[in-house]
Amino acid sequence: MEKKVFERPKLLKKAVFHYCPGCGHSILHRLIAEIIEELDIAHKVVGVPPAGCAVLAYDYLDIDMGESPHGRCAAVATGIKRSLPDRVVFTYQGDGDIAAIGTAETIHAANRGENITTIFVNNGCYGMTGGQMAPTTLIGQNSSTTPGGRDYARDGAPIDLSEMLALTKGSVYIERTTVNSPANIRKTKRAITRAFKIQMAGLGFSLVEVLSPCPTNWKMNTVDSCKWIEETITKTYPLKVIKDTVGDKIQ
Amino acid sequence: MLMRGSHVIAESAIRAGCRFYAGYPITPQNELTEYMAGAMAKVSDATFIQAESEIAAINMVLGAAMTGARAMTSSSSPGLSLKQEGISFLAASELPAVIINTMRGGPGLGNIAPAQGDYFQATKGGGHGDYHSIVLAPASGQEQADLTVKAFECADRYRSPVIILIDGMMGQMMEPVILPEPIDPRSLPPKSYILNGASQRPSRFIKSLILDTRDMEEHNWKLQRKYESITRDLILHESYLTNDANLVVIAYGTAARIAKGAIKRVREMGLKVGLLRPISLYPFPKGAIVELSRIVKHFLVFEMSTGQMVEDVKLSLEGRSKVHFYGRPGGIISTPDEISKVISSLYYRQNLEEEQ
Ligand code: SF4
Repeated sequence: MEKKVFERPKLLKKAVFHYCPGCGHSILHRLIAEIIEELDIAHKVVGVPPAGCAVLAYDYLDIDMGESPHGRCAAVATGIKRSLPDRVVFTYQGDGDIAAIGTAETIHAANRGENITTIFVNNGCYGMTGGQMAPTTLIGQNSSTTPGGRDYARDGAPIDLSEMLALTKGSVYIERTTVNSPANIRKTKRAITRAFKIQMAGLGFSLVEVLSPCPTNWKMNTVDSCKWIEETITKTYPLKVIKDTVGDKIQ
Repeated sequence: MLMRGSHVIAESAIRAGCRFYAGYPITPQNELTEYMAGAMAKVSDATFIQAESEIAAINMVLGAAMTGARAMTSSSSPGLSLKQEGISFLAASELPAVIINTMRGGPGLGNIAPAQGDYFQATKGGGHGDYHSIVLAPASGQEQADLTVKAFECADRYRSPVIILIDGMMGQMMEPVILPEPIDPRSLPPKSYILNGASQRPSRFIKSLILDTRDMEEHNWKLQRKYESITRDLILHESYLTNDANLVVIAYGTAARIAKGAIKRVREMGLKVGLLRPISLYPFPKGAIVELSRIVKHFLVFEMSTGQMVEDVKLSLEGRSKVHFYGRPGGIISTPDEISKVISSLYYRQNLEEEQ
């Protein structure tokens, strides 16, 4: 007897990802589909995709999704969640979306303790627009608008958005993970699952920051991208639970 | 009931089934937000949020509209500039919402006095892309009540943002009003497009990104067909003493009230002057103006701006009659006396007594 050990998540539409080979978005989409399936919440989940590479998330995830203007995901999600408090509402945002143009919306949603979950995909650049400097671009990192590397004196330092959000009273769970290895992918899945469970228990704002490879704009192959996350990015953005006031209430 | 305009709009909105309000402090419309804060707290399934910005407020409304809620935000001129992003997305994603603009003197920070400088912004789209909002301009307390209800109905019917244009005068003015009967929003027909979790149905998405140019073109034409049907069905205007008029003043909102006072005065002097008051600014009452032009050869457009609606009057008439303009921008409120002098001097100069 054959036993099926691996299959396509039911909530992943039968479409071919438009993402570049090695892109973290594809992995994350799959994880989200799996998690929603495992938590059995497809009938009550509403997602808010951003502007950016992941704007087409609704072409892949077979769940209700409402597109937000660039950076406004947390505000749109607030409108959805407050109108439908018993639904599970999450945003899916890149670093430019959440940490530059949408900083205000994000901080205030967290501060209000909006009972939503944010998946913050940090790949250190504006992917879709061609790899410009993001607020999360590392010092010295090349981008199309920082030729020669990000210079602190000119461009400022990479922003610690998750740490900033942890300072708000309304945030209860913030963790930084990555998808550069099978082990880290499993950790990311656990973190997002926990964030959803926290929301379902009505406990407040949860966020998982995922360091995600963008081989195209990093001008690296997939293996080197994953290595670069491990060896370089995590120096600036260490993988850790940044805040967890929920504790054992959610397993 | 004696009530100030801003409270009339807020209370009428709740009675019309508005269950989501997000706003940001800005003068001269804070009374509306404050009324909502108090009144929404008493409605069990209603949400009031003081947003962190105008942009956040309109995007919260966008989210609420996705769930099918009757949702509203309000602001004043500079705030409306900030909301344009969200209004464009509402129009593009075909979502209903009601937006109140208590116009103030501009451009820039301007001042907080009553003005009508946002006509272009409201009626021509305002944000990016080919779209329109439905725009209603009440001129009395009662009309503020009635048009607020209508705004929610039209927003739902046409899946479109609806803007109510008033100014600080309209918002502050106390007048006796019969408030609408409250409705339970749960009694409204279900909406086929809303996002509430794909339970017992296929999943849905709401979006405005359409990368295929041919599909994007078709979406634009689809919106235009909607605007054509709005233009067929929704035009509202008031005609006042136009039957025998040699000169018709065209004005809306506060300016129309001032013009009415002026017309009463010049009528006492025997001048045959009437008023055409557009109530819907988009769609614009073009047909009524063209109809009048068969007899009336002179129109005077009066606005509390440097002249914006006057362009729509000229476009409507296409040279059929002469269009004159008088405007006071920057928050100046003309008196009926001032306008009666403008009317009578135009009347005599054009020798309208001799006409007919
Ligand atoms: S540009 Fe980067 S983020 Fe965008 S799809 Fe390609 S690899 Fe992914």
